[in-house]
Amino acid sequence: MATEEMDRAEEGKGPVWRTVLTRVMRVREAALMLFLLLVSFVLTLSTPYFLTLQNMRVILTGLALDAVIAVGMTITLVSGGIDLSVGSVFACSGIVVAKLINVGFPVWSAVLVAVLVGLGWGLLTGLLITKVGINPLISTLGTMGMARGVVYVITSGRVLAGLPDSFQRVGQGRILGVPNVIWMAAVVVLTGDFLLRRSRMLRQVFYVGGNERAARLSGININRVKLGVYAITALLSGAAGVVETSRFASAISPMGTGKELTAISACVIGGASLSGGEGTVLGAFFGLLLLGLIRDGLILNDVSVYWQQLIQAAILVLAVAFDVLTRRRRNV
Amino acid sequence: MVQDRETSSPEMNLEVEGVWKAFPGVQALADVSLQVRRNEVHAVVGENGAGKSTLMNILSGVYAADRGRIFLEGQEIRPANPKHAYNLGISIVHQENSLCSNMTIAENIFVHDIPSRWAGLVDRRRLGAQTQAMLEMFKIRASPETLVRELSVGQQQLGEVAKALACQCKVLILDEPTSALTDHESAILFDRVRQMRAQGTSVIYISHRLHEVFRLADRVTVLRDGRGVGTQHISETDVQAIVRMMVGREISQFYPDKGEGHGVPVLQVCHLTHEGSFEDINFDLHRGEILGVAGLIGAGRTAMALAIFGAVPGVKGEILIDGKLVTIDSPNKAIDLGMSYLPENRREEGLFLDMTVQANIISSHLDAFATGPLMDPLKERSEAQRFVDALSIRTPSILQKVLNLSGGNQQKVVVGKWLSTKPRILLVDEPTRGIDVGTKAEIHNLLRELANEGVAVLMISSELPEILGMSDRILVMHEGRVMGVLPADEASEDAVMSLAIGS
Repeated sequence: MATEEMDRAEEGKGPVWRTVLTRVMRVREAALMLFLLLVSFVLTLSTPYFLTLQNMRVILTGLALDAVIAVGMTITLVSGGIDLSVGSVFACSGIVVAKLINVGFPVWSAVLVAVLVGLGWGLLTGLLITKVGINPLISTLGTMGMARGVVYVITSGRVLAGLPDSFQRVGQGRILGVPNVIWMAAVVVLTGDFLLRRSRMLRQVFYVGGNERAARLSGININRVKLGVYAITALLSGAAGVVETSRFASAISPMGTGKELTAISACVIGGASLSGGEGTVLGAFFGLLLLGLIRDGLILNDVSVYWQQLIQAAILVLAVAFDVLTRRRRNV
Repeated sequence: MVQDRETSSPEMNLEVEGVWKAFPGVQALADVSLQVRRNEVHAVVGENGAGKSTLMNILSGVYAADRGRIFLEGQEIRPANPKHAYNLGISIVHQENSLCSNMTIAENIFVHDIPSRWAGLVDRRRLGAQTQAMLEMFKIRASPETLVRELSVGQQQLGEVAKALACQCKVLILDEPTSALTDHESAILFDRVRQMRAQGTSVIYISHRLHEVFRLADRVTVLRDGRGVGTQHISETDVQAIVRMMVGREISQFYPDKGEGHGVPVLQVCHLTHEGSFEDINFDLHRGEILGVAGLIGAGRTAMALAIFGAVPGVKGEILIDGKLVTIDSPNKAIDLGMSYLPENRREEGLFLDMTVQANIISSHLDAFATGPLMDPLKERSEAQRFVDALSIRTPSILQKVLNLSGGNQQKVVVGKWLSTKPRILLVDEPTRGIDVGTKAEIHNLLRELANEGVAVLMISSELPEILGMSDRILVMHEGRVMGVLPADEASEDAVMSLAIGS
C-alpha cells in the first residue's frame, strides 16, 4: 500500500532527502508545480516566443477571469456539489450590465445590479438544491439554461456595445504595468485560498462534502452551507462576467460558453474530488495554469483552434479518471 | 444432535448438517444443524446476531456455507443463488420489503414466473385470474392491477408472502413476517401458514415474538452466538425456558465497578412520541449514572436517541434539561445544550473517512478552535493530539486519514470527537459494535470514568452482557414503547429479555 510506504518514510527510515521529497510530492500543488515547470521547459524548447514577458501576460490575462470562476467552483466541488451554470451566470451578468448602461443607468449602479443578478441565480440554485431537493447536476443544468435564456431575451442575439470609457477602464486598465484583471484574479485567488483553508464558515463545507449525514449530526446546518456555496460561486461568476464585458467594451450572447468545463477541469486537475471533501483554490489555479500553458503551446505551435476544445475535454476526462482510479485503489 | 443418515426418518423434509459460516472477524455460524419435518412449522429463535438470518441466507442461496451439508427430501443440495434455491423449492420472505413499488400486485407476485402466451407475451387474463385467487386467499381487497405502493405496509407484507407462495414451494422461510402487520393481518397470515402445513409444506418461522412462536409452531430451535443450543417441542417447553436458552451464557467479561447511587436528573423526557417509531417515552437521566437502553433491533431505541438529539423532525413531547423545558430542533442546538450523540454506524454517521484524524476530532464544535472568523491551526492540532494521547488512538500522525485506521481506533476517534465538546449528557448508540475486545474494555472504562466525573450517560446496546455489566439502571424498549426500567441489582438477562420481547 502506498500509504504504508509513506508512513514508513515519515518515521524516518531511508535518506532524509527522500523523506522530504515524499512529503512534498504528497501535496498536490507541489506536484503540479513541478509538472508546470516541465511543460514550460518543453514549450520553451519548442518555440522562442513562449518565454517572453508579452506571452506570459497574454496567458495570465486569458485565464484571469476563469480563475475567479474556478475559486467558486472549487468551493462547490468541496461541498460535494457541482455547478454547471457558471458560464451562463457569467454571461447573464455581463449582458445585464451592458444593457443597463445602455438604457441610462449610472455605471456603478449597473455594476451593482449585474453582480446582484449573479447572486440571485446562485440563491435560486441553492434553494432548488436545499428546499426542493433536486440534485446539483440537474438544478444547475436548469439554471444554466434559464440564465442563458435570459441572455437571449435581453439581446435578441445582438451585440451590446457603446459602453462609456469610465466602465471600460475597469477591465482594460493597468496598475504598475500589470492588467487590472490579473490583479483582480490574484486578489480573489489568494483570498479564496486563505479563507478556504482557514475560515470557520468555509471549513464546514469540507465536512458537508466529506459526509453529509455525519456533518448534520455534528451540528452543521447543511442547507445553509450549501445555499452559501452556490451563492458565492454565482456571485464570483457574475462579477467576472461584468469585468469581461468591461474588458471587451461589449457583450455578446454566447459569452462564457464552456466556462464550466474549464473551471471543473482546473479544479479536478488541482486535486478537488468530485465526491466532495477535498480541494484547494491554489490547486485549481495551478490546474488552470496548466490548461492555459497547453492552450498557449498549441497556439504557438500552430495547432488548429478546433483541436483545442477536444484536447481540453480529453484532459478533463483524464484528470477525473486519475482521480477515480487512485481513490479506488486507496479504498480497497 | 446430528443424526446418522441411515436412521434419518423419511418424514424429514429439510436437513441442515453441521453448517459453518465465517465473515471477516465474526464466526456467524458454527456447526449448526436443523431438521425440519414435512407438515411442520419450525420456529428459529435467538438474540440479535445469533445467526438466524445467516442460516436462512444460506438456505436461500444468498451465501454459501463454508462447511456443512444441506439435504432437501433426502437429496443433497447446494443453493448457488436465490433463483436456484427458489427453483429447488425453497422460498423466502425477507424482513425487508422486496416488492417493486411501481409495479402492479400481479407483476410482483409472479415476478419469477409470469404466465405467457406465444412469443413470450404476457398472458394478462391468466395473470389476473391467478393473482385474484391469491389476493382472496390473503383477504387483500384490491385489484391485481393495483400498484404496490398504493397498498398498506401490512398488505405489502402479505403480498410478499403471496409472492413466495406463487411457486409450489417445499420449504417456506418467513423472516420476521409480522413486524409490519396488524393483529388482524397476522391472523390471516397464520391461517395461511397452517393451511400450507396441512398441504405438506415445511415452514421455517423466524420471530422475536415468542408468543407467536408458541401459537403457531410445532417445534422450536434456539440459536445463540452462532451455535445451535437445542430443539424443543412446543408442547414440552415454555417461554421462560426458551428465553433462558436464548441468553443463558456466562458474562465472561469484566466490567468496571458500578457508580454510587444517582444524582439529580439532568435530562427528563416526557411523552416523547414520533409516529411510526416510538410512542410516549418517559424517563429521567441522572447526573453520574449510566442508563442502559436494551431492546431488540427495531424497538425504536436509535430513533428515540436521534429525536432527543434534535435530528428527527416532527417529534411530539417535552424534553427538560436541568428542570428547564427546552426545544431541540437541530443537532447544533443539542450540542449547545451540552449533549453529545455517538451514532450507531460510525462509518456512515460518525466519521469523515477521507479526512484526517484531526479534522474528525474537531468536527463537532468548530467554534472552539477559531479565533474570530478564522480557524486556529495551533488549537486544532493540540486538541487532536490531546485525544490521540488520552484515548491512545493508534495512528502514525494526527494528519492520517481516518480511513486507514482499524475499526477500534476509528471508534476511538468518534469517541474523541464527541468528548471534545465536553458534554454533560452523552448519548452513545452501540458504542462497542464491531471492535476488538481490548478497545471494548477501554471504552467501557472510559464511559464509567465519565459517569464518575458527573456526565449523564445513556447507552443503547444490543449486547445483553454489556447492558448488564455497564448500566446502573436499565430501560427496556419493545416496539417503540418503554416496557420498564430495572435497577441494575434487580436485572438479569432473563428479566431484560422478557421485557424486550414484550411478554
